[in-house]
Amino acid sequence: MSEVLITLIVELEDKPGQLLKVLQPISAMGGNIVGIVHQRGKKTPLNRLPVEISFKIDGRKVDRLIKELKSLGIVIRNFNEVRLTATTSVLLIGHLIHTDISDTINSIETDGEAECVEMHVRMPEVSGPSTAILTISASGEDKLKEALEKLREVCMRKEIIIIEPVNEELL
Amino acid sequence: MIKIAIVGFGTVGQGFAELLIRKKDEIERAVGKFRVTAIADSKSSISGDFRLDDALKMKRETGRLRDDVSAMEIVREAEYDILIEASVTKVGGGDGVEYIREALRRGKHVITSNKGPVVADFDGLMKLAERNGVKLMYEATVGGAMPVIKLARKYLALCQIESVKGILNGTCNYILSRMEEEKLPYEQILKEAQELGYAEADPTYDVEGIDAALKLVIIANTIGVKARYEDVEVTGITQITPEAFEVAAGKGYTIRLIAEVSREKLKVSPRLVPLHHPLSIKGTMNAAMFKTDTAGNIFVAGRGAGKEETASAILSDFYEIYAGSR
Repeated sequence: MSEVLITLIVELEDKPGQLLKVLQPISAMGGNIVGIVHQRGKKTPLNRLPVEISFKIDGRKVDRLIKELKSLGIVIRNFNEVRLTATTSVLLIGHLIHTDISDTINSIETDGEAECVEMHVRMPEVSGPSTAILTISASGEDKLKEALEKLREVCMRKEIIIIEPVNEELL
Repeated sequence: MIKIAIVGFGTVGQGFAELLIRKKDEIERAVGKFRVTAIADSKSSISGDFRLDDALKMKRETGRLRDDVSAMEIVREAEYDILIEASVTKVGGGDGVEYIREALRRGKHVITSNKGPVVADFDGLMKLAERNGVKLMYEATVGGAMPVIKLARKYLALCQIESVKGILNGTCNYILSRMEEEKLPYEQILKEAQELGYAEADPTYDVEGIDAALKLVIIANTIGVKARYEDVEVTGITQITPEAFEVAAGKGYTIRLIAEVSREKLKVSPRLVPLHHPLSIKGTMNAAMFKTDTAGNIFVAGRGAGKEETASAILSDFYEIYAGSR
């Protein structure tokens, strides 16, 4: 199975139950929701709310899913598919929040071929160092390598320690 | 009769002498008769006619040996066939380099447990040994009792060794595996390690990765990757938070200080290690994984330090020189 990462922007009516209409078919087809962002500041003139939904799914099911969402009357504004064939985890230790963690993560997402698909952060004390584990997926091993190279540069500049896995041979 | 000189009579040198006494019969069955003809430490020595157990007793009781003859004079003038060079490691080489060079020039085999000289002048010393038709062996410099050097040089001799990843410092591994178990801060576990004698009062040499880096340089040169200490990218373990183990465990990993060498990489750094990976080993253990073209992955593990373990590595080199072709 070749897994893909889909980023979908749908326009929903701003009332309860709308999001579920989109999520149910995704989940029914075995999709794994990675993130949901309500773009509250970007309401459309028709008062619809853009919602960005990221999920991983078997690449062969994508066409069927999009058809089904459309048949349910869901407005799909944007749809982006990234073939994810390479995934790795890295651990970061340092002043992650004070050094702008979203900027750190954005450094790997510049060309859309690699994404941070999961993150857990622990910050026991506001003034102390925090610890995060990121899962990065990319469209291929080369792209994953590039993404990690960018991340290493940013971390070096921000004095963040980056702990990489030992098992993945490509690293 | 094999005549042995020992230079450096601290923990390792004494450990080797004790092993020679305890295993005399087995050793003589394997390599033939032997005798220790000279011993030197940094300020005293003994040579000529003496009993090994008397010398050990005198060193333990008085802190020194019988004579004032210097170690260098012993190396240069005493009668021996093989020098056991067991002086304390100094980054940059220290006196050990000169002892080894002098013995090799005299056409004597050398076994060293001292990382300093091997790191400082690997090629030079190897060539000198070759030119003089003798062997320089150094199994005890890396991984204590764990066979790494002869594994690479002998048993994997016709393999292409693509990479070696190892846990080469028991102190760091103890601290990290205790942090993993107890979720306690680094400083607290370091204190515990110091109380147990697993870490020095000044732990810098271990926890900053310097010791592991020196050993990595030795492994690198052994597998044909020309490397100097300055070439190693080193990150120690002092910045690791207790939370790091929790978030790593959430994704099925733990953290270990891994020394890695390949054609592209020479690096000592904390790494994520899958919880079921053989390198997720606990306590003061050392381990190494060789990736080869024809033999796949080869994994070894063992106690990386200790008097007897290091002495056993010296003894394995001794066997190799005199009986290795049997």
